[in-house]
Amino acid sequence: MELGKPTVFTVCLIPLACYLFWFFTDSLGANPIEALTRRTGDWALRILLVTLAVSPIRRLTGWYWLGRYRRMLGLFAFFYVSVHLSLYLSLDKFFDLSEIFDDVIKRPFITAGFAAFILLLPLAATSTNKLVEILQHRWVVLHRLVYLAAMLAVLHFWWMVKIDTREPAIYASILAGLLGFRLIFYLKARAREFR
Amino acid sequence: MLIKVVKKSDVNEHHVTDESLYLNRRRFMQASVSGAAIAAVPFMSLYPAAGNAKLEFNSLKKSKYSTDEELTSFDDITRYNNFYELGLKKGDPKRNAHHLKVKPWAVKVEGECEKPGEYGLEDLILPSEHEERIYRLRCVEAWSMVIPWVGVELGGVLKRFHPTSKAKYVQFFTIYDPDNLPGQRRPVLEWPYREGLRIDEAMHPLCILAVGLYGKELPNQNGAPLRLVVPWKYGFKSIKSIVRIRFTEKQPATSWNLAGPREYGFYSNVNPEVDHPRWSQKKERRIGEVFKRNTLMFNGYADQVASLYESMDLAKYY
Repeated sequence: MELGKPTVFTVCLIPLACYLFWFFTDSLGANPIEALTRRTGDWALRILLVTLAVSPIRRLTGWYWLGRYRRMLGLFAFFYVSVHLSLYLSLDKFFDLSEIFDDVIKRPFITAGFAAFILLLPLAATSTNKLVEILQHRWVVLHRLVYLAAMLAVLHFWWMVKIDTREPAIYASILAGLLGFRLIFYLKARAREFR
Repeated sequence: MLIKVVKKSDVNEHHVTDESLYLNRRRFMQASVSGAAIAAVPFMSLYPAAGNAKLEFNSLKKSKYSTDEELTSFDDITRYNNFYELGLKKGDPKRNAHHLKVKPWAVKVEGECEKPGEYGLEDLILPSEHEERIYRLRCVEAWSMVIPWVGVELGGVLKRFHPTSKAKYVQFFTIYDPDNLPGQRRPVLEWPYREGLRIDEAMHPLCILAVGLYGKELPNQNGAPLRLVVPWKYGFKSIKSIVRIRFTEKQPATSWNLAGPREYGFYSNVNPEVDHPRWSQKKERRIGEVFKRNTLMFNGYADQVASLYESMDLAKYY
């Protein structure tokens, strides 16, 4: 029996389980709604970065089996983004559409976060084997949107913090590393092609 | 004259429990035995959340400026703080509270006044003037609390220094002690933290210097032993752990304004019509509640303070 996927699945649910437990045991401090919103956002970004790390690690180490978990990780990132966004829409804005619209238009950090979510939507929607098969090369092109979504997500965090940018700076450098690796790999491949 | 230079090594009179406090405590204990605790010590009935903590202030004067809204719990007031000297996360100030050394405490008074000098805390804040002030506190981050402060009117204290006619503003400084205060070892804000008010704002009876909350000594994470409370302005104006007061002719620099002039103005009056560039100020979450409330102009103190800003464009002077 293959245990890898159930393990990855369970591990990805641990943060949510912890926060829900702390939420219902009043251990998230004086402003639990804010804490839950922030923390689900943190984990969405973290899992997204882990997803983006799969390919570089695979190439560097030759551990090609890692690729099996990439889709599940990506979908979990999307899952945490969805929880994060739902908390914002419900417990922060109480579905007040005009306020939400105002936020998306006027506040760059919300604009960035919202755009990241919109970009991830078609990726999650085309994640079935069947659609990968149907879309073929177009699927690969479409899923490059994840790079843009990750950049927007980091920007969303960076612009949100009041003054201490250490944490978003860490995510930004990790993302720069992961994208930089791809760029170098791509340029090398091109150079080979033209030789 | 009240001038008194306090050295760190000095043992001060206020280290010894004040006799009246001691007697009050005895009276409390006797009263408890006789079953009349509630009559003798009103705080026991008013603030069950404060538990068995040390009673510091009894028989406090009530104030007409107090709100009768439901109080935020003592627990929440003391575990959800913005006090960057003690760490950047909301729970850090409570965890790091012991790093702030509050005894002895002196305040240096300088600038445009006739009686500058260094004043011991016990000379600055006279126990006979202690009052209870239950105020709403609205943070610029769109959350709020209702806090029962203990303090004295700022104006009364400032007048004792005889500000001159050149004193158009007053500036306050928080303690600077990077050896002890973990947050001050990194240049997050311009240290020491500084704030300021126009002199007429400072003289307004709503402004207090607080020394306690929930009927007892101010916890360190809430700005012990002496902090400003300006209830119609965003919370960061209410500077904590004050060691220096300076009267100035020109508008003084303030830490958040230096850090982000577009986001934090000198006035920073609570104003639902003027958004923070990154979020709306129309609503707030009262700590302990799920649903948001509408934020009120001047945090609900418009009747008392709107006249201070009559001819000013509040979108420009945010």
